[in-house]
Amino acid sequence: MAKLTIRNAVKRYGALEVLHGISVAAQDGEFVVLVGPSGCGKSTLLRMIAGLESISDGEIEIGDRIVNDLEPNERDIAMVFQSYALYPHMTVRDNMAFSLKLARRSKQEIERKVDDAAAILDLAALLDRYPRQLSGGQRQRVAMGRAIVRNPAVFLFDEPLSNLDAKLRMQMRTEIKTLHQRLGTTMVYVTHDQMEAMTMADRIVVMRGGHIEQIGSPLEVYDAPANSFVAGFIGSPSMNFIDGTVVDGGGALELEVAHGPRWPLPDKARSYVGRSLRLGVRPEHIGISEQGVQSQVIIIEPTGSDTHLQLQTGQQSIVAAVRDRITVSPGQPIQLRYDAQKAHLFDPTSGNRLN
Amino acid sequence: MMLGKHTDMIARPRPRSRKWFRGEGWTALFFLLPGLIGIVLFLVLPILASIVLSFTNWQLLGSARFVGISNYVRLITTDPQFWTVLRNTLFFTVEYLVLNIIISLGLATWISSLKIGQRWFRVIFFLPTFTPLIAVAMVWMLIFTSGGLFDSLMASLSVPLAGVLNDRTLAMQAVVLTSIWAGVGYNTVLFNAALDMVPATYLEAARIDGATAWDRFWKIRLPLISPTLFFGTVMTAITSLQVFDQIYVMTKGGPGSSTATLGYAIYQRGFQNFQMGYASAIAWVMFALIMALTALQFWFQRKWVHYDA
Repeated sequence: MAKLTIRNAVKRYGALEVLHGISVAAQDGEFVVLVGPSGCGKSTLLRMIAGLESISDGEIEIGDRIVNDLEPNERDIAMVFQSYALYPHMTVRDNMAFSLKLARRSKQEIERKVDDAAAILDLAALLDRYPRQLSGGQRQRVAMGRAIVRNPAVFLFDEPLSNLDAKLRMQMRTEIKTLHQRLGTTMVYVTHDQMEAMTMADRIVVMRGGHIEQIGSPLEVYDAPANSFVAGFIGSPSMNFIDGTVVDGGGALELEVAHGPRWPLPDKARSYVGRSLRLGVRPEHIGISEQGVQSQVIIIEPTGSDTHLQLQTGQQSIVAAVRDRITVSPGQPIQLRYDAQKAHLFDPTSGNRLN
Repeated sequence: MMLGKHTDMIARPRPRSRKWFRGEGWTALFFLLPGLIGIVLFLVLPILASIVLSFTNWQLLGSARFVGISNYVRLITTDPQFWTVLRNTLFFTVEYLVLNIIISLGLATWISSLKIGQRWFRVIFFLPTFTPLIAVAMVWMLIFTSGGLFDSLMASLSVPLAGVLNDRTLAMQAVVLTSIWAGVGYNTVLFNAALDMVPATYLEAARIDGATAWDRFWKIRLPLISPTLFFGTVMTAITSLQVFDQIYVMTKGGPGSSTATLGYAIYQRGFQNFQMGYASAIAWVMFALIMALTALQFWFQRKWVHYDA
């Protein structure tokens, strides 16, 4: 177990800079998730921690050692790859024992460690099989087993669940989280799936274009996104954004939208009267009412637990997630209300949070 | 009775061949015909003819007489040259095969480690593969001939090595060297392609597991390219058992019979002595040898070839 500190890490490929000075720290035993759209640099950062990519500038510290110039195996880390990377010509046992054999550990020690890891991950019955004889979920568990036997200071996961089907992904999510609670090891987990980030992380690091957009606990990031990118990226369905100008509609504040109905605004927007503003509303904070913002139903998506409504207000597409069972049909005009106190206000130019 | 009852219940499929040769079957045959005629005329018939010939004493001119297995008996029991020829062939095959695989694997690994110029080196090493072997052998013959480039090079280095083609031991080494030069490129490109197809994540996982470059080569890359390695080994073994061109050009099997191989013996008996029946018998011995060696390799592959990559 160890703390992981990244200070001002920069990655350049020739003249192209892909990571622009990343600083983030994972406390001892913390589960940190790096999340962002493809190409944001999250995997590159993970590979820099692992030692598979060089560090162009800055420092990475694991425990109290700066590991910039250490080989991957000297960094006291273990990594689980997206493709699992199980050696296809070795049995599960040999895959898990490979690092220990290379480290010239005794036969008894290897056997004990492999058996222990197999017991933790319920792999005992599969030890003599080859990777090709395993299902996706089993392979994933073997990949984790291979990491566990090394007893590393930091676990690194590079989108480990993206090759699994939805149901298995949920199951493995729980397994990884259980494993984290059991081992208490520092884990850094890369994913593009915000749901994985929300459900698994102690702390989420949202990245975009080689920068960190926000660091915070899942609920912090959800409830108080630092900017409209984070707000739109975290949460499913995504937050609705409505751009307009703040006007004082006779006591009540409203957002005047070009070619569309006005949206009521909370009092905290008062200082922005006459200025343009981006209103962010989460779909679950929108409901149907007798009177409110005029809109039209386009598509109805029942998910069982709630119903997602794709709506049109003026020229704007809006998504509402409604808990109650409702009977509406496409094309039907309805009125929307929303909880103005839960509105998010952003600067339309910079995207930064205003409230 | 019960059986008869059951078989009656199963709809009897029509004989496949009759159905097949209606409509589509004939059209297909028509399109296959040009290739098929070629194969039958120039492959199937000659093969059958050579089996038949190996049991006769046909001498190209005159009529053939059936002699039973006496060609084979003579080959194994009385022919003074046969065992030498067989030994030469196996010697050449083993030495050439081992050197070819080691050198081509070495080159392939080196090329795949290059940051730039991979494609150029692949082309350069592949060049000899599409150069006619006869031409290659002639150039090397001129190099190795008495007073040739090789001799003057050795003289300038004060190495007492001259006229290797006239030396009973060294002549074979000259043939092997020429064959390596001509044949290594194909396997190099083959192995290089296989090495490049090993997914990088396996090697990265191995680096994290603590594998050195040497470990990664022996424990990860080599097992993962073993199917290609096996293919290269089998094909190289087959071609080296058939070696002929280099020997025909460079040594004519000499000095003495020191470089005479099965391929050369077939040529000598068939086209110099016109003992077509006898030459056919040697050809079938060669065939049996190739089959046996290939079967052996297939048997051994279970121990070292992994098809799971």
